[in-house]
Amino acid sequence: MTALTDLGIAAIRDGVRAGDFSAREVAEAFIAAVEKGRALNAFLVETPDHALAAAEAADAARASGELKPLSGVPLGIKDLFATRGVRTSAASRILEGFTPTYESTVTARLFAAGAGMLGKLNLDEFAMGSSNETSAFGAVRSPWRRNDGDSAPLAPGGSSGGSAAAVSARLCPGATGTDTGGSIRQPAAFTGITGIKPTYGRCSRWGIVAFASSLDQAGPMARDVRDCAIMLEAMAGFDPGDSTSLDLPVPAWEAGLNSDLRGRRVGIPKEYRIDGVPGEIEAVWNRGIEWLKDAGAEIVEVSLPHTKYALPTYYIIAPAEASSNLARYDGARYGLRVAPDQGGLADMYEATRAAGFGAEVKRRIMIGTYVLSAGFYDAYFNRAQKVRALIARDFETAWQSCDMLLTPTAPSAAFALGEKGADPIAMYLNDVFAVPASLAGLPAMSVPGGLDRQGLPLGLQIVGKALDEQTVLNAGLAIEERAGFTARPEAWW
Amino acid sequence: MADYRIQGATGEWEVVIGLEVHAQIVSQAKLFSGAATAFGGEPNAQVSLVDAAMPGMLPVPNIECIRQAVRTGLALEARINRWSRFDRKNYFYADLPQGYQISQLYHPLVGEGAITVDLEDGSTKTIGIERIHVEQDAGKLMHDQHPDYSYVDLNRSGVALMEIVSRADMRSPEEAGAYVRKLRSILRYVGSCDGNMEQGSMRADVNVSVRRPGEPLGTRTETKNVNSVRFIMAVIEHEARRQIDLIEEGGVVVQETRLYDPDRGETRSLRTKEDAHDYRYFPDPDLLPLELGEDFVAQCRASLPELPDAKRARYEKELGLPAYNAAVLTAEVETARWFEELLVELGEAHAQRASNWVISDLFGALNRLGKGIEESPVSPRQGAGLLRLVADGTLSGTLAKQVFEIMLETGEDPERIVEQRGLRQTSDSGAIERAIADVLAANADKVAEYRGGKEKLFGFFVGQVMKAMAGKANPQVVNELLRKALG
Amino acid sequence: MSVDTDTVRHIAKLARIAVSDEEVAALAPELSNILGWVEQLAEVDVEGVEPMTAVVPNKLRLREDAVTDGGIRDQVLANAPLAEHGFFAVPKVIE
Ligand SMILES: [Mg+2]
Ligand SMILES: [Zn+2]
Repeated sequence: MTALTDLGIAAIRDGVRAGDFSAREVAEAFIAAVEKGRALNAFLVETPDHALAAAEAADAARASGELKPLSGVPLGIKDLFATRGVRTSAASRILEGFTPTYESTVTARLFAAGAGMLGKLNLDEFAMGSSNETSAFGAVRSPWRRNDGDSAPLAPGGSSGGSAAAVSARLCPGATGTDTGGSIRQPAAFTGITGIKPTYGRCSRWGIVAFASSLDQAGPMARDVRDCAIMLEAMAGFDPGDSTSLDLPVPAWEAGLNSDLRGRRVGIPKEYRIDGVPGEIEAVWNRGIEWLKDAGAEIVEVSLPHTKYALPTYYIIAPAEASSNLARYDGARYGLRVAPDQGGLADMYEATRAAGFGAEVKRRIMIGTYVLSAGFYDAYFNRAQKVRALIARDFETAWQSCDMLLTPTAPSAAFALGEKGADPIAMYLNDVFAVPASLAGLPAMSVPGGLDRQGLPLGLQIVGKALDEQTVLNAGLAIEERAGFTARPEAWW
Repeated sequence: MADYRIQGATGEWEVVIGLEVHAQIVSQAKLFSGAATAFGGEPNAQVSLVDAAMPGMLPVPNIECIRQAVRTGLALEARINRWSRFDRKNYFYADLPQGYQISQLYHPLVGEGAITVDLEDGSTKTIGIERIHVEQDAGKLMHDQHPDYSYVDLNRSGVALMEIVSRADMRSPEEAGAYVRKLRSILRYVGSCDGNMEQGSMRADVNVSVRRPGEPLGTRTETKNVNSVRFIMAVIEHEARRQIDLIEEGGVVVQETRLYDPDRGETRSLRTKEDAHDYRYFPDPDLLPLELGEDFVAQCRASLPELPDAKRARYEKELGLPAYNAAVLTAEVETARWFEELLVELGEAHAQRASNWVISDLFGALNRLGKGIEESPVSPRQGAGLLRLVADGTLSGTLAKQVFEIMLETGEDPERIVEQRGLRQTSDSGAIERAIADVLAANADKVAEYRGGKEKLFGFFVGQVMKAMAGKANPQVVNELLRKALG
Repeated sequence: MSVDTDTVRHIAKLARIAVSDEEVAALAPELSNILGWVEQLAEVDVEGVEPMTAVVPNKLRLREDAVTDGGIRDQVLANAPLAEHGFFAVPKVIE
């Protein structure tokens, strides 16, 4: 029999339902894995009691025949989701000691669906980063290692690096992520798992520590497409507490899974073939194209002419929104307070924020403050919103000739921790393929496409039309079925 | 009207005034949260997690606040922008938990409108409204509770405000005072703001600059949060004088924020080390553009009451009231409401008499009692009863005053007072004739004087007869019979 | 755009983040680089393009005017670094 921790969400759900094992056994197995996996630094807080309580409820529910969609499934929760009574830090010192008295809508939905929580997962501070190195609590170590004997710790990607590492290392069968400019997809690609960012507005942002409000979207990260579909169904749904939440029914994504792509057209955006991207990325992309053809899809070349402006656009809009969203961390009402002796209010603000925010967060706050400041608003922010409209228009145009896009998820495999430390822009370039869909609010998913020469996972991204998660999931499934990706990191932790 | 000019050492100056009035919108809950707006709650008891800007909290707008602002705009004959948007105004302060105020800069809900005010010399002036936008109020700081700390109460944090921005059309303290009074009156008619300036429901930022008549605008200062009409006028006078003195002494007015100190009657610079206000406005990404349907605006319009100018015109035209009466009775919504309830009881035919009575007798009494009309011990129905008793001859003017005093004291109906205390006036000519005979007999010398041509004495005889009748004689009958008796 | 150290100080002040001289010195070229990089947007023809307002077509909903929240002072103050007598306490503000 396989270890319980080798099971994904569907298998656990079905196994508990069938009585193959108890939810408690599952919870205990994962709790043990979490403890054993501490060297990964994936969890910032462990909440075994929460997972066990949910498991007990699941076992009781099974006895009484009242199982819920996620009964018996213990999950990891990115520490950007406010969890009632459980420390929530956004991986920042500035939230030191902060314990929410409220539960984010997404976690509340997951728990209401029967899921338990194994703990809070590490991330880049305030979700700002692509390597998890900006976490105030140390970087997550990817469970993966290069196959050439190099044991340099690798980045799990970011910002949902804790989620990615934990799922990949079998510390949990699924985890929540959030994606502002690739923060679900890029770490999923780096760790050989599957993650989907749904259409902007599908998942409520209520109770998620805000980074950039017009981009932030929660989504699931799991072992495969089906597990993502199951989790997303529980996470998504209208929330009157979030003004940008979509008031639409949640489709039955799992039931709708179908990898037969006959009659569907897949766009290959020519602008995504950029210089300096390793040949292996190109190769996996080409394999992806073949797999989708094999699934019956027609391949068409499309053009997204403003692609090269997506990253600069993103690096104006996201920091601008962040500079304002993070103004509330001022030492007055919660979290860290540093109040110099004899100092006034302004001194408290400046000292608290200087001590509480890390370098990358400060950098982005400064950029955001700058681009919004007097005299620059039109040249930077307003212009970026116009370019953003053009980027969205590019996709609209593309949808006239295709139903989805296939691209690489990231321009490289996982890099080593510390490797990209010096140059912020080099780090930002990691999200070159992920950011356009974020700017346009489109659903986008990363599925494993294979390993590179060093034995590291590479991901393929499928981008769909707004609200068409089903097509994205189906194409992901078609790839999954053909890629035969079974690689997993060898446990060194 | 005569131009208001300030005499400086070097000649005449003109003052230019614009007002930004913050008016608290009447609503149960806050603009973006479900916490209560009621005044005077326990500290931080009317605060939601949204108002306290907890991580991950999001704003959801309250329809009533939008409705009230639209109704206000319509009442000011302003353009309603069916597409508007909320922006964030970013700055750090202890009363501003989010680190930004959700306001509207680029696309306000309401565009240009106007208010016409009456001035003391009988002229009128139209003052332009530039815009009205909806925004959040801040919390409250208390600096005197602790030697080292300021205390923060967020009960007001997130309460909805309308900021009503005038054009710089005013040229004297009087005009500014008239503008604020009229604005307050309209808001109270509409019911969108209670106009309570002491509680801070209405407060003004006063923009003042001076210039030589006919020259380009000077640099303005903004005196913040002035909370009475009197103070607003004082700020203008003081600030204009300060600026003139400064310029005439060779100085330069700096654009700055100032604070009014009512105790000293002065303004002073609010932030000496002004870190150049840079609010970094941008559209709030937590909110979508606010799009209003035609029907929504139509419903807002249909819900508007008759407004003071229209009401005043109707009082003059249809009720035939003198201009003064019409103006006085329509200035405050409660007065007009009271008066109209009175008319419902009494009939519009009696409007003029009723208006005189309200303005002289009722106002006089309320003044004496220090009460507003909404706390009047005499109800419109009772007032109508009293006026009816005068109209049908039951009460003379004198008796009516007497009965009114008793009404004020006891709250009893006039009919009951007349009945129980026998205050009915008499037209019994026999009794009056007897009283006249007695008076004339007792004052034979005066009778002779009267008959000798000193006709002024007639009043004296009336008075004596009324006195003899204990005030209850019908004065008309007294006049008639007395004239007959005196020949 | 080349950002000088005075600008860095000014921006840090607006953002209420204390910065040391070393940080200022490090931030100036960093911010210059990033701003120089995002300035490539200047080459995009945005003539007649409306800035994006809603990421996905959606309408702003308005909620009914009802008191549904508040009365949770304990929760509001639960994480306060310093709360006294039902208030948040912050270093004295001098106006
Ligand atoms: Mg103002
Ligand atoms: Zn304002």
